[in-house]
Amino acid sequence: MNVVVADKLSKTYQAGAVAVPAVREASFAIGGGSLVAFVGPSGSGKSTLLNMVGCLDHPSAGTLQVLGTNVASLDRRAAADFRGANLGFIFQDFNLIPVLSAAENIEYPLLMVQNRPAAERRARVMELLEAVGMAEQADKRPDQLSGGQKQRVAVARALATKAKLVLADEPTANLDHDTAYRILELMKKMRDEQGTTFVFSTHDPKIVGEAEVVLTLEDGRLVNNSGAKAHG
Amino acid sequence: MAKILKLAARNLARYWRRTLLTSGLVILGVVAVLLFIAVSGSFKSLIVGQITDSMLGHLQVHRRGYVASIDNLPLNLNMKPAAVAQAEKALEGDDAVVAWSPRLKFGSMFSNFTETTSIRLNGVLPEREAAAMPMLAGRLVQGSVANGLLERGKVLIPEIIARGMKIKPGDTVVLVATNLDGSVNGQTFVVQGVLGDVTGPGGRDGYVHLEDARALLRMTEAEVSEIAVRLKDLGALPAAKARIAAALAGAGALEVHGWDQLSPFANIARMIDLLDLFIRVMLVGIVLIAVMNVMIMAVYERIREIGMISAIGTPPRRILALFLAEGALLGVVGTAIGVALSLALVYALNVWPVQFAFGREQQLVLAPSLAGADALLIGAIVIVMAILASLQPAWKAARMDPITALRHV
Repeated sequence: MNVVVADKLSKTYQAGAVAVPAVREASFAIGGGSLVAFVGPSGSGKSTLLNMVGCLDHPSAGTLQVLGTNVASLDRRAAADFRGANLGFIFQDFNLIPVLSAAENIEYPLLMVQNRPAAERRARVMELLEAVGMAEQADKRPDQLSGGQKQRVAVARALATKAKLVLADEPTANLDHDTAYRILELMKKMRDEQGTTFVFSTHDPKIVGEAEVVLTLEDGRLVNNSGAKAHG
Repeated sequence: MAKILKLAARNLARYWRRTLLTSGLVILGVVAVLLFIAVSGSFKSLIVGQITDSMLGHLQVHRRGYVASIDNLPLNLNMKPAAVAQAEKALEGDDAVVAWSPRLKFGSMFSNFTETTSIRLNGVLPEREAAAMPMLAGRLVQGSVANGLLERGKVLIPEIIARGMKIKPGDTVVLVATNLDGSVNGQTFVVQGVLGDVTGPGGRDGYVHLEDARALLRMTEAEVSEIAVRLKDLGALPAAKARIAAALAGAGALEVHGWDQLSPFANIARMIDLLDLFIRVMLVGIVLIAVMNVMIMAVYERIREIGMISAIGTPPRRILALFLAEGALLGVVGTAIGVALSLALVYALNVWPVQFAFGREQQLVLAPSLAGADALLIGAIVIVMAILASLQPAWKAARMDPITALRHV
C-alpha cells in the first residue's frame, strides 16, 4: 500500500514580483515500509518536497495524498493534528530540547502532542531507548551526548508516537560517515521492527546507496525514480 | 499541566542569569509595594487612631452650622437640651456605637497670675469622655487621672502652655471666658495634669469638667457644643454615620460628621492612598516590562526549538501554555520570594522599630503589619500581569510557521 501519492505536485514561491518554482509537477508514489531518499544538489527542491509530504507546506498545484489523506486541503490546525497523529520528523541539527534528558526528549511527543497516560509513555520510552541502543544514556541531556547519540534519540523521538511515516531532512549531514551509516542502519532496523516508512533527503552520494528507493531532483523536477513506483 | 510547569521551570533555569535578574526586579517591586503598604498603613492607623481615640472620636453630632464656624467655637450654635436628648436617643439605638461624650467647647483666657494666654477648652463628663476617647488619658505627660479623667475644679492643660508658662500640676490658674450674653466670668482652677500635644484639631485643647464649664459660662441650660461618638470599629463609620444621620433627620437642626470631615489629616490619608495606587501602577509596569522583555527574548532565542515542537505536531494551545507557564512562574516565584522578604522586613521593623516625627509629635513609633489580603492581592496582580506580559510572546510562538522557524539561524 502506498503511504504517499503525489500527482503533478508543484510549489512556487513568490519573491516579490518574481515567481520562483521550487518543485515542478513531481509525480511519485512511496510504498509502505520502504526507505526512500530524496536526492539532489542544494536548491533542487528536495526539502520543499519533504516539507509538503510532511504537511509543513502546502502545494501550489497538484494533488498529494499522505496515508490516504489529501493533505493539500488541511488547514494549519488540522495539519498539526495530522502530523502529531501520523508523522515523525528527524532534523539535520537533531533539534533535541536541551533542558530535557534523552528519555524526556523521546517522551515529549507522547506528552505534549498526544497526551498519553504516564504508564504508556514510560513503557514506550523504555522500549525505544532499548531499540536505539540508548538505554544507558537515558538520563543524559543533549549536551552530554555525541552527534550520533543525539540523532539516535531523534530517531526514537520520531518513532515515539508510532508514526507510520518518518521524514528526515538531511539526517546525516552533521555526522561523520561511520555514524551516518549507523543511523541509516538504525532506520532500516526500526523500519523492519516497526514497519515504519522512512523518507530522507540527502546530497551525500555515499548515503544514497543505503536507500531502497531514490527520487532524484534537479531544479525542482524529478529526473529519476530509482525503485520508486512511477505514478502519472 | 504539571509536566508543562516542570518544562517551563527548566526553560527558565536554562537562562538562569536572566531569570534571576527578572525575578529580582519582580521581587524588588513586590517588596517595595508591600513595605509601602505596611509602613504607610501603620502610619495612617497610628495618626488616625490618635485623632479618633484621643480627640475627635469616630464621628460627631453638631447643631447645623456649628462645624462651618468651628474655629470660632460659637456658643450660640450649641445644641439645646431637647436636641441633645434626640441625639442621645439615636445613639443609644445604634449597635455600632460603644460610647459617646457630650462636650461644651469654648475659648478662654488662661492666666497663671503673671502671664496670660488663650486656650481652647472642652467641658466634658470625665467618665463619658474617657470611655469615648480611650487614648486621651494616655496623653498625660504630667499629673494623674481622676474620675476617669479629671475632678471638678481642675483643668487639664496642653503641654505647649504648661511649658511656655512654666506651669505644673497642682498650680492654680485663672480661666476667664466670655459668656453667651457677652459678659465675662473668671474662675480659678487647679491644674490636674498636662496633656502631650498631638497633631490635629483639638490636639492642643484643655479639659475641664462639663459642670465647671457651664458654671464658668453662666449657662442656665444643659447645652453642649458637640457629641463625640466612638464606634465598635472604624470600618463601620460610613454605615453608622448614615444610620445616625437618618435617625436624626427628623430633628432637622442636627448634622453628623465623620472624623475625616473634621480633620485635615484625612487629606494626607487620601494622599497616602493615592501614592499607594501609584506605587501599585509602578509595580504593574515593572512586572509587565520585565516579564515581557524576558519572554520576548526567550521566544527569539528558541525559534528553532519552537519550529521543531510545532513541526512534530504540538498543538498551538500547548505551545501557548508552555510560554504562559514560564511567565506565570516568574510571577509566582517573584511573588513568593517578595512576600517572604516583605514579611521578614516587616518583622524586622517591629523588632527594631523606626521612630519619626510628625507635626508637633516626636518619637512616634511605627508598628507596620502586613495584611494577608494585601499580600494576596499584590501576588494576584503580579501573577496576572506576568501572564499578560507573556501573552504576546507566547501567542507569537504558538502561531510560528514551523518551516520558517526551523530555517532560523
